[in-house]
Amino acid sequence: MIAEASHAHEEGSKLYIMIWLGLLALTAVEVVLAYVQVFSTEGMLAVLMFLSLIKAAMIVAYFMHLRFEKTTLVWSLIPAVTVVIMLLFIFFPDAVRALELRVPQP
Amino acid sequence: MADHVNAVQLATGDWAGGSFPYAVGHKKLGMWLFILSDSLTFSALLMAYSYVRVATREWPQPFHFWPSVVTATVMTLVLLSSSLTMVFAVAAAKRGNRRGAVLNLGLTMFFGLTFVVLHANEWGVLIHEGVRLWQNPWGVPLFGATFFTLTGLHMFHVITGVAYLAAVAVGFGKGSFTSDDVEVSGLYWHFVDLVWMFIFPLVYLLSVKG
Repeated sequence: MIAEASHAHEEGSKLYIMIWLGLLALTAVEVVLAYVQVFSTEGMLAVLMFLSLIKAAMIVAYFMHLRFEKTTLVWSLIPAVTVVIMLLFIFFPDAVRALELRVPQP
Repeated sequence: MADHVNAVQLATGDWAGGSFPYAVGHKKLGMWLFILSDSLTFSALLMAYSYVRVATREWPQPFHFWPSVVTATVMTLVLLSSSLTMVFAVAAAKRGNRRGAVLNLGLTMFFGLTFVVLHANEWGVLIHEGVRLWQNPWGVPLFGATFFTLTGLHMFHVITGVAYLAAVAVGFGKGSFTSDDVEVSGLYWHFVDLVWMFIFPLVYLLSVKG
């Protein structure tokens, strides 16, 4: 019984350390991208957001344990916040359009 | 007989109150709901920042790769490591290992404080260069407003988190808090870590001096 528990404990620690290493690796990718600067601002924004969303999902699923909670909890929490955040982005294309709408400086 | 048992289970089941449809305690559910609302606060701020960032071609890019971005990367490493020790603290608490839990909570607080010190130093450098809430030497006044609001609110969360963890560590060490309280404080701490995963790329990596 005790041996079993300590085995599960080791498995758990190993999983968390793997997640931690994965998060560090994704961070390293982001920093390297910032160093080489191959993307435009909008492209960089899209790539960084994509990588950050993966990192956020890893933290929520494993560190915050949501993957192992009852599915009803996941369905009550995640879709609501996702929809509201997507609503925030409705007018985001205006940010790019605003660049061309600007009155030229005399 | 079996039908009677089923009927009783139905009557006393989901609709009779007193059950846990989410199979979590009220503290944990409360923390999740708080995290939801807090994540919307940060989303709105990050969204507003990203909007003006993309809509302004001459946005200041004051962050040299060395030392600013390297420091911010170290801060990210520190915060991610604090999440790892937090996970270990929760695991130790669930196993009833009081000493291990308090030790790991202490490590988490140490990492949190390291983050605050590094970030305060970063603020000092920028303020020394003349960045204020309403003005800075590089022209776009919104730079200072967005930078200090975003990172300031986040740093406030980290400081609050350290105080929260300290209270939980003392309470759990004395036995007045349960392992569930440690777990709930962990949820908050991981959320603070998660927010930094967005602030770091958006504020720093997007404005590296070319």
